[in-house]
Amino acid sequence: MKKRIYLDNAATTPLDPRVKRAMEPYWEKIFGNPSGIYEEGRRAKEALEGARKEVASFVNASPDEIIFTSGGTESNTLAIFGVVETKLPDVLKPHIITTKIEHKSVLVSCKELEKRGVEVTYLSPDKDGLIDPNDLKKALKPETVLVSVIYANNEIGVVQPIPEMARVIKNFRKKSSGVKGWPHLHIDACQASGYLDMNVDKLGVDLLSANGSKVYGPKGIGFLYKRKGLKLKPVIYGGGQEKGLRSGTENIPAIMGLAQALRIVKEGGVKEVKRVSKLRDDLFAGITKKVERVFLNGHKTKRLANNLNISVLGVEGESIVLYLDAMGIAVSTGSACNSSDLEPSHVVSALGKPVEYAHGSLRFSLGRYTTKEDVNYVIKVFPDIIKKLRSISAIE
Amino acid sequence: MKRKKPQKIEKKEKKKGADVWGRGGDDWYYSDTVKEHFFNPKNILLDEPKEGDFDAEGEVGSVACGDVMKMWFKVDPETKKIKKLKWRTWGCASAIASTSVFSEMVTEKGGLTIDEALKISPQEIMARLGGLPMIKVHCSVLADQAFKKAVEDYKEKRKGK
Repeated sequence: MKKRIYLDNAATTPLDPRVKRAMEPYWEKIFGNPSGIYEEGRRAKEALEGARKEVASFVNASPDEIIFTSGGTESNTLAIFGVVETKLPDVLKPHIITTKIEHKSVLVSCKELEKRGVEVTYLSPDKDGLIDPNDLKKALKPETVLVSVIYANNEIGVVQPIPEMARVIKNFRKKSSGVKGWPHLHIDACQASGYLDMNVDKLGVDLLSANGSKVYGPKGIGFLYKRKGLKLKPVIYGGGQEKGLRSGTENIPAIMGLAQALRIVKEGGVKEVKRVSKLRDDLFAGITKKVERVFLNGHKTKRLANNLNISVLGVEGESIVLYLDAMGIAVSTGSACNSSDLEPSHVVSALGKPVEYAHGSLRFSLGRYTTKEDVNYVIKVFPDIIKKLRSISAIE
Repeated sequence: MKRKKPQKIEKKEKKKGADVWGRGGDDWYYSDTVKEHFFNPKNILLDEPKEGDFDAEGEVGSVACGDVMKMWFKVDPETKKIKKLKWRTWGCASAIASTSVFSEMVTEKGGLTIDEALKISPQEIMARLGGLPMIKVHCSVLADQAFKKAVEDYKEKRKGK
């Protein structure tokens, strides 16, 4: 295969070889079921609890606040359904506040709960993709059991003011006539974990979802941070693993991989964030220098270091993706033609721009292995592709 | 642009080795013919048409739906055959490829008459493309509709003559 330039790290990342090495002993050598009380079981349990400690320290939590799951979608599902189902006996019609720009795993879960009688408020972002904490303040009411917000958006990379939102909720809790401790704040941090501060105390969150497949870890593994004392109902029942919150034999190799992946993210620190954001800025500057009618989606600075989302007017996104693909470059689009429901991106649409912006949107998500040469190559081939597609386009 | 999915496909329209209605719901692979027409579209109108270049034009689709297609054609007054058919589209790979292949079908081998060209069905376009991903079938084959619009325009313009 000829060299590929992979710029879809927000979709998933390749496994870091160091992660693969960390997983290696847990397929054949240390394969036991951690529930076993004999040697094989004890060794697996030891590994599991070591990894839990590691993951906990990544978010500045204690190990018993970490629940391993099968990934981001399951963590989000557990947080949302888990909270609502716990509150059901106490409140007739529970209320959830979320946003219009959530990942589908949150949005579709909320839609399902609406069918079951739960009330959901979807906050709108401003034109830059930011949610105003004041809007959250206005939406809160005694029946609100959960606020769920995507920390950094998966499409446009916009980073929400989570600590401010946490303060709003804290103040509301003090004055509220509702039940003590409500509402809980959950954040979907799957995209954020590679680049942003993940300290749950600084963020002020009660629940946090993250996973392995966005941080050069294995796929099919994630975790939910749950603040001590917060009650949750499981969505998967069985042998009672993970304190009864997530039954099923623990996926030890993947859990070891996740712990190692987060360790590497931590080591990379600010240096890696700076390196990637510089490349991202160069890419945007290089594209806009040569191609007209290209617009940035999402806030210019309050965004993930690796995310560039643009709308190219006059051209449809899927066409650009396939032309870039033919040139060895992998990116994604919010075009309707690229979705299973034939609807354009709900995130770009929520920014209040004409529908053409969503159809012509492109997401470049850079990563650990993106180089200056990669970016220069994209800048070199991009203008000709757009020129060609615009020449056959029926709209201006 | 949404259109009704035809219920059944005539057997004769099926090409060997190519399922006309695509290769499963979630499959994104395009046939080699689709790729050829997508990367090298035929009969694109590059410059704005001048007075007299074409006899008629038609446009279908909308930005909201994600596909917009424009089509122009010229009929040979002697033979009554379409000697030139050009188009432009804003849309995905299958929209581009299906229009490109339609323009070939209409103009190859000396060209078709308007009535002959009107008979080209979306199924035939797809068969010639070697199939399209299932999900694209109902929305992206717009060429026949754009052509019908252009024919309406053609008839309208000739009324006074």
